[in-house]
Amino acid sequence: MPLILTDDQLMIRDSADGFFKDEAPVAQHRALRDAADPVGFKRDVWTRMAEMGFAGVLVPEAHGGADMGHVAAGIIMEAMGKNLSAAPMLSTAVLGATALKQGTPEQQAKYLPLIAAGAHLFALAADEAARHKPAHVACQATPSGNGFRLNGVKGFVLDGAAADTLIVAARTSGEVGDTAGITLFLVNPKADGVTIDRRSMVDSRGAARVTLNDVQVDGADVLGTVGEGHAILEKVLDAGRACLAAEMLGLSGTAFGMTVDYLKQREQFGQKIGSFQALQHRAAHLFCEVELARSATLKALQALDEGSDRAPMYVSLAKAKAGEVAILATNEGVQMHGGIGMTDEYDIGFFMKRARAAQETFGDAAFHSDRIARTLGY
Amino acid sequence: MSDLDAFRAETRAWLEANCPPDMREPIRGDEDICWGGRNCQFKSEGQRLWLERMGAKGWTVPEWPAEYGGGGLSRAEAKVLAEEMKRIKARSPLSSFGIWMLGPALLKYGNEAQKKEHLPRIARGEIRWCQGYSEPGAGSDLASLRTSAEEVVDPVGGDHYLVNGSKVWTSYADKADWIFCLVRTDAQAPKHLGISFLLFDMASPGVSTSPIKLISGSSPFCQTFFDNVKVPKDNLMGTAGKGWEIAKYLLTHERDMIGGSDSTGGGQRDSVSNVAKRLIGLDAAILADTALRTDIARHEINALAFSLTMERVMAETKSGQGTGALSSMLKYYGTELNKERMQLLMSIRGSDGLTWEGEEKGDGDLARSWLRSRANSIEGGTSEVQLNIIAKRVLDLPGA
Repeated sequence: MPLILTDDQLMIRDSADGFFKDEAPVAQHRALRDAADPVGFKRDVWTRMAEMGFAGVLVPEAHGGADMGHVAAGIIMEAMGKNLSAAPMLSTAVLGATALKQGTPEQQAKYLPLIAAGAHLFALAADEAARHKPAHVACQATPSGNGFRLNGVKGFVLDGAAADTLIVAARTSGEVGDTAGITLFLVNPKADGVTIDRRSMVDSRGAARVTLNDVQVDGADVLGTVGEGHAILEKVLDAGRACLAAEMLGLSGTAFGMTVDYLKQREQFGQKIGSFQALQHRAAHLFCEVELARSATLKALQALDEGSDRAPMYVSLAKAKAGEVAILATNEGVQMHGGIGMTDEYDIGFFMKRARAAQETFGDAAFHSDRIARTLGY
Repeated sequence: MSDLDAFRAETRAWLEANCPPDMREPIRGDEDICWGGRNCQFKSEGQRLWLERMGAKGWTVPEWPAEYGGGGLSRAEAKVLAEEMKRIKARSPLSSFGIWMLGPALLKYGNEAQKKEHLPRIARGEIRWCQGYSEPGAGSDLASLRTSAEEVVDPVGGDHYLVNGSKVWTSYADKADWIFCLVRTDAQAPKHLGISFLLFDMASPGVSTSPIKLISGSSPFCQTFFDNVKVPKDNLMGTAGKGWEIAKYLLTHERDMIGGSDSTGGGQRDSVSNVAKRLIGLDAAILADTALRTDIARHEINALAFSLTMERVMAETKSGQGTGALSSMLKYYGTELNKERMQLLMSIRGSDGLTWEGEEKGDGDLARSWLRSRANSIEGGTSEVQLNIIAKRVLDLPGA
């Protein structure tokens, strides 16, 4: 597959760019932040995203989805990154749909059409360690009745306060750190013993701490095979990581564009600061870095669509590179804006906050460098 | 059978019959590379035959028009030829600045007589060219060059230019037959507008060369001196005073050559991590030197992302989605990566990498290659000049 967008994908890009610019611009992010919105996004935007086919981008047509693939999902996430648009796209359309596609025919038939319709929200309750470590699952699932009883704490659950169903990783056997023995469960957040504490986050997105205290789940709520949840979890995480790379690519592009515009306007010492070579070279270097992040991200999304064996390696490449570039682009953005870049009134700071949160989510550049090295055998 | 399949079958048979056995072995050192030219010292009869046979078919320059000594192949046919050569591990028959740099400029800017005179001889490797660009006082600021070409009306010997001055960093000038040279034909004009593009014979009276020894110990470059060199007026390429346009066009090809083809982790070369695995070893499936492992992984992430960027830029150019002005980006990033790669290889080998001469060199001239790599971000426009170009042409920043 040539490393380029197809004509269909270019059309999706145009419509996604237009949609988020109109329906969920940075000003909306600011308003949600100012209101300390408990959910962290606007439900009517999500409804319209479903109408556009965005919510069902990874849902098969047989279940009412648009089934446009990972490249398309990435294009949508990139457009969201450009505008800092908040929506349960990652948690439901990417993570939720990818997870549910691994479910039983009954689970698929029940949930996938709801995802595509924008009528049911998911949240992935997997991470327990502050630094991403997918096999670090201490949360216990012990046999009980015709199902399991769950106990544990999930510290960082994206969109956890808005979710209609939680996808919980819990241990049915083995020790903390083992990949074997992890099982995924579909949990109703309103069930007895579930406590959802909303966390106030630096990027103003919705996240929660989820505490499970003797929560009873049915055998039919197991997603996949008991003890073999890690493989599904990796698949789900990889889809999420690639889409986060795309989001970071989008936010890097906007932060970079704002910075270059500022260099062309701001005058000091009687001239535009963009005429200073010290700043020109940093901007030109950043341009190159964003281009590299773009190539790596597209490759990862294509590899997921192809079902390539090397997809996990390319996903880590994209997450590592786009993460590093997003940090650089927003650091440079604030620095080159000078004092005004430090003000809340100016938008560039929002991009820095979101870049940091997206970088930490599902493994930062260090995590993914290590994963690549292991994949390449060193 | 499609035409292309038929072409592949013919090509395969021809290569099988005509590529000498020693031209299918890996290149071991500089002397295995054939540069052609009047004074070419072929390393073997196989090398001579291979150049002669490929040159006769025009397959040293597969896509050039047949009337100028090229193969006249379509893009698709040239790809087939490259694949079939790769299949039998055939060496390139000819390395040549005539092919990589002058040829494309001649095809675009040369007149008919110049194309007919020079292109076939480039294709057959009969004439070896060198590039007269930089001067002692004109490096990054190339357009300030001062080598002069004064027009002389001469009813007896023919109208000509009288060339005086000096060029520096002329690659292999001491081995070259002809030079393509930037000269100032109008001292009064603004600096970019007084430059012309001349072609002349290095055997002309008044031309002399002096090799420059580099930190790597080798002398691929010369300083070249012109003392009242007579150059026929017909040897002007393009229009007088418009040489800068040709110079820039040609530099783009040079940049692609330096930044792209040979400087990343891809290709047949072993990856940095494979070298590290071999020489340092693993401890519990992890490279035994964990700090170096972090540096290597970071390098390989950038090298991979860079090679994907080359792939994407080519795909975009082909489909017309191109963003343009990216050759500076590829040159800048590719050369910086190659320098980093050589530094990591030096770190991996530790004191073993410091060997300069003698038996202990093992698998090559690493120290010399490392030192050679430092020139990557200087030649063909420094990294800083590439960043200037990106700032000006891509980002449209003021006053750049």
